[in-house]
Amino acid sequence: MMISPYPVATIFGVLIVALTIAAGLIWLERRLLALWQDRYGPNRVGPFGLFQVMADMIKIFFKEDWIPPFADKTIFVIAPAIIMVTVLMSFAVLPIAPGIVVSDLNVGVLFILAMSSLGVYSVALAGWSSDNKYSLLGALRAAAQMLSYEVFMGLSIMGVVLLAGSFNLVQIIDAQRGLWFVIPQFLGFVLFLIAGVAETRRLPFDLPEAESELVAGFHSEYSGMKFGMFFVGEYLGITLISSLIAILFLGGWLGPILPPIVWFLLKTFLLICFFILLRASLPRPRFDQLMTWGWKVMLPLAVANLLVTGAIVVATAQGRSF
Amino acid sequence: MTESAAASLQSQFGIPAAASDWNKDGIATFWVDREKLHPVLSFLKEQVTDPYRMLYDLTAVDERTRVHRPGEEKGDFTVVHHLLSFERNEFIRIKTALEDSALSLDTVTDLWPAANWYEREVWDMFGIRFTGHPYLQRILMPATWEGYPLRKDHPARATEMGEFRLPQAKQAAEQEALRFRPEEWGMRRTRAGSEILFLNVGPQHPGTHGVLRVVLQLDGEEIVDAVPEIGFHHRGAEKMGERQTWHTYIPYTDRIDYLAGVINNLAYLVAVEKLTGISAPPRAQVIRVMLSELFRIISHLVWYGTFAQDLGQLSPVFYTFNDRERALSIIEAVCGARMHPNWFRIGGVAQDLPQGWDRMFRDFLAYLPRRLAEYDREVIRNRIFQARTKGVGSMTTEEAIEWGITGPALRACGFGWDFRKKQPYSSYEQFEFDIPTGKNGDCFDRAVVRVEEMRQSLRIIEQCVNNMPEGPYKSDHPLATPPIKDRTMHDIETLITHFLSVTWGPVIPPGEALGTIEAAKGNNGYYLISDGGTNSYRTRIRTPSFAHMQMLPLLCRGRMIPDLFAVLGAMDYVLADVDR
Repeated sequence: MMISPYPVATIFGVLIVALTIAAGLIWLERRLLALWQDRYGPNRVGPFGLFQVMADMIKIFFKEDWIPPFADKTIFVIAPAIIMVTVLMSFAVLPIAPGIVVSDLNVGVLFILAMSSLGVYSVALAGWSSDNKYSLLGALRAAAQMLSYEVFMGLSIMGVVLLAGSFNLVQIIDAQRGLWFVIPQFLGFVLFLIAGVAETRRLPFDLPEAESELVAGFHSEYSGMKFGMFFVGEYLGITLISSLIAILFLGGWLGPILPPIVWFLLKTFLLICFFILLRASLPRPRFDQLMTWGWKVMLPLAVANLLVTGAIVVATAQGRSF
Repeated sequence: MTESAAASLQSQFGIPAAASDWNKDGIATFWVDREKLHPVLSFLKEQVTDPYRMLYDLTAVDERTRVHRPGEEKGDFTVVHHLLSFERNEFIRIKTALEDSALSLDTVTDLWPAANWYEREVWDMFGIRFTGHPYLQRILMPATWEGYPLRKDHPARATEMGEFRLPQAKQAAEQEALRFRPEEWGMRRTRAGSEILFLNVGPQHPGTHGVLRVVLQLDGEEIVDAVPEIGFHHRGAEKMGERQTWHTYIPYTDRIDYLAGVINNLAYLVAVEKLTGISAPPRAQVIRVMLSELFRIISHLVWYGTFAQDLGQLSPVFYTFNDRERALSIIEAVCGARMHPNWFRIGGVAQDLPQGWDRMFRDFLAYLPRRLAEYDREVIRNRIFQARTKGVGSMTTEEAIEWGITGPALRACGFGWDFRKKQPYSSYEQFEFDIPTGKNGDCFDRAVVRVEEMRQSLRIIEQCVNNMPEGPYKSDHPLATPPIKDRTMHDIETLITHFLSVTWGPVIPPGEALGTIEAAKGNNGYYLISDGGTNSYRTRIRTPSFAHMQMLPLLCRGRMIPDLFAVLGAMDYVLADVDR
């Protein structure tokens, strides 16, 4: 196990970098969407509109912290915190570069899946405690969607775990020195990507929000900093999923010439852009179509992928002895 | 050969046709007693050969202050049914006289479900009761409104209505009247032992594209029933028609279907020009066609982008609005205004085309097809888009006719009925274009038909650009308003004529006419009655969106919430067109 020489520095480093990236994504997404949609996007505040994020932060911090009188106050306040906590906890096990990891957990993959499951509570409780029909419908959709997509999200990365022989993310990266897992596990890669989009509730899987139908769904009643937490939570989620894909399938920090941390950030960044591109291009399926797709197409594929990978691993292991 | 309607009604009921010199539109008109009305309409719909299957419009007229009336007319109020036969390709007008003392009539909702809203509107506006109507409540005005707005004794302006006060008691009563009671909307609170969830969509909701309210009765995400409530956008356009002069009413028409600009002018002017017998000179007619088709494209582009957005696709709306911007800049160059150009005039158009107009049109003709091909790839051929629209909100041709559906939605059912072809106006008969049709009458087919219509409109515009006739842009008919400039200011006579026609406005000879055109969203018709004055005695605006909106519950019952927005998006309505 690799232990970081300066644990406290690493913790704060990861925390600050993750939050900065998430905040920067607000600007990046708006600019990229604008670019693809023949618009300008925010370009007034600071160079290229970069300080727009600061302006938004200042605005959101100074907004009235309003709780609807009909809401269940305690849960209403806790809900947005849950999403921040669970996503940020997941960052703790992400290996960013050799030696830069907060906690080199030997069940890192499982830990992240567990945190992602807990994240459902945030959305479901937010919708429930708002006591608003739109929010409730959004929360129900979110709960159903995230639970069902989690099933094959877990299954789709088991192939990687089988190949690497470990749940530890650092060892998974090490196992990709010869060949990135995206090649042998291409199906798993695609499945995980789709499940990842669904987990972060981004278009085309933004059914819990669905602004043209449910008017922001589960967070309709949220404003000010609590809304901001959902907002940043979503971007943190994108960053997390993108980093995970980079680690599990694209070799994490591995790459020639450039320093490892640059490789990791570059891969993550490109995946984030892909997430935003999805949002710019796809319509939203209907709820029942989403469920049918998840249970009848994705799940069988994930199981098949796991079985085939397992069979191959066993077959090739015959020659070797454990 | 089909027996004429007049002969059938004469032999069956002994009803003679009304004097034809009164109807400037040549539509056969019959006066039917109130007892006989239901049997006659039933006969015309179901028994006569080549039946009149569509209830095109149903309205009323307050006759109490009218001066010029033909001999057979009597009664204080007249209820007018307009029916349309597709086989005959003709309208028929059935009038029923009612006395002030007995303002009631048998409902025809059992014959046409579409009569429901029309009869409610007549009740709302004139206070005429329809016995046997399932739900005779106000539809456009607030439930607490006093009086019947389209009666002649009802004031037209707020300033004529006395001081407005809202004491506590009145405010409480108004708010109580707005309380939602499912039973009053014809809804039950439970189904099969489980409680029903009511969801109020609108009047402020991003998916309703305007102030439309739909009350959903939900079982989970399944829509048990949907009841649209309209009237939030009601501005009394018909009442204003009785106040404005014939000429100064034109800008008001722009604002009915506010996405389709001059097409509204045309619908109104087709009726006015029938009343006056003016025919616009060829150049004016082709200019009208060219601008109308450009506005059809503009309207469809708005629909295209917002429909994709309703389905969660964020980008197309920016692209189509960009294209619309280019089209509007042409409109701006020609008319000086953009959304509400107010460009057509009685007897022609406001001014001749500006120099270099054809280059702008040609640039646009070269530009748009490429973009449309791109949107085909991006939207129409997208598999999620298809999954969201195919089989959603489908209707058959029979249902469409029954409910008064016209325009792209009717053609999406596979019935190629287009008023530009069937009853050409403004020289449409001289143009070559196809009528795109669908097959299944679902949201997807409606989308495909509209997209193809844009290509056909481009074809028409191209023919206009290549073959624009020379000549005057306005008729030299004395009622053409305002008169052509070089014919004024020569002597006292021409000066006076000009002065009167732009201050008082033209005096249109008494009579009545229905002008119908193929507007961007379906059939738009103006039924105008002139009492020989400078303004209309009755302006009735028949809009496509009103009829289409009424069908909403039928299209989304048993489906899921997202389908409601697919259906609404594919319907392509604007609330001003629904509420007027």
